[in-house]
Amino acid sequence: MSVPDVLFYIFAVCLVGAAGMVVASRNPINAAMSLVAAFFFLAGIYVLLWAHTIAVLQVLVYAGAVMVLFLFVIMLLSLSERGPRSPITVGRILGGAAALGLGVVICIVVLKLDGSAATLTGAQAMRFGTIARMGELIYGTYLFPFEAVSLLLLAAIVGAVVVAKSRI
Amino acid sequence: MVPITHYLVLAAVLFMIGMFGVMVRRNALVVFMCVELMLNAANLTFLAFARQRGDDLGHVNAFFVIAVAAAEAAIGLAVVIAIFRSRGSVQIQDIRTMKH
Repeated sequence: MSVPDVLFYIFAVCLVGAAGMVVASRNPINAAMSLVAAFFFLAGIYVLLWAHTIAVLQVLVYAGAVMVLFLFVIMLLSLSERGPRSPITVGRILGGAAALGLGVVICIVVLKLDGSAATLTGAQAMRFGTIARMGELIYGTYLFPFEAVSLLLLAAIVGAVVVAKSRI
Repeated sequence: MVPITHYLVLAAVLFMIGMFGVMVRRNALVVFMCVELMLNAANLTFLAFARQRGDDLGHVNAFFVIAVAAAEAAIGLAVVIAIFRSRGSVQIQDIRTMKH
């Protein structure tokens, strides 16, 4: 096994562990911290998929901006889990069964696919997933969706202020 | 080289964990975090297929998913704050009506 292969399995195990901690931890702060760890491991996996630009965006936007927002809201509301640890309930068993069923179905379908990555050569391999290539695509072919997304973000900013502020 | 199917299975596991969290957790904020996990699982699928096909349009898709997820987080957390203001709780079993 080469180094990237070993790294993939290390990142994958850590990612699943961190994601499990998000669901399992009782304190929302611990859940948020586990989520930050999960985002970092995911960024590592993105790099192994040659998606360098998206890996950087993942760290900047998710692990940076979105998680600061989450932590800010948790601290603003000063939340803590109340009551004793709840035991295994019918709802949890049903939820687990449904999630497991979906996961098994997806895995069955996915494992039938061709698992070999495309062989990229020369200039194509040098350009794959770089910020220059992403810029050409986003500001060229996908300019209209890009502008639509910027409008969506503007609407989200205004909407968030209107919803969260009690009196304007 | 790790087969691309392993990346896809990892995405499926991540989606599964997120879905389980959305269904069983009672804290609205943690439910939001689990939704973010599910969005990330979808992103990982886009990137894995982009690598499989050698076509980086999947990266553009992942970029748009990240932007929409950021907008969703901003609006969702604003709604959580508004609900906490009117009810004093973010436990989803306490939220039964949309009026306040």
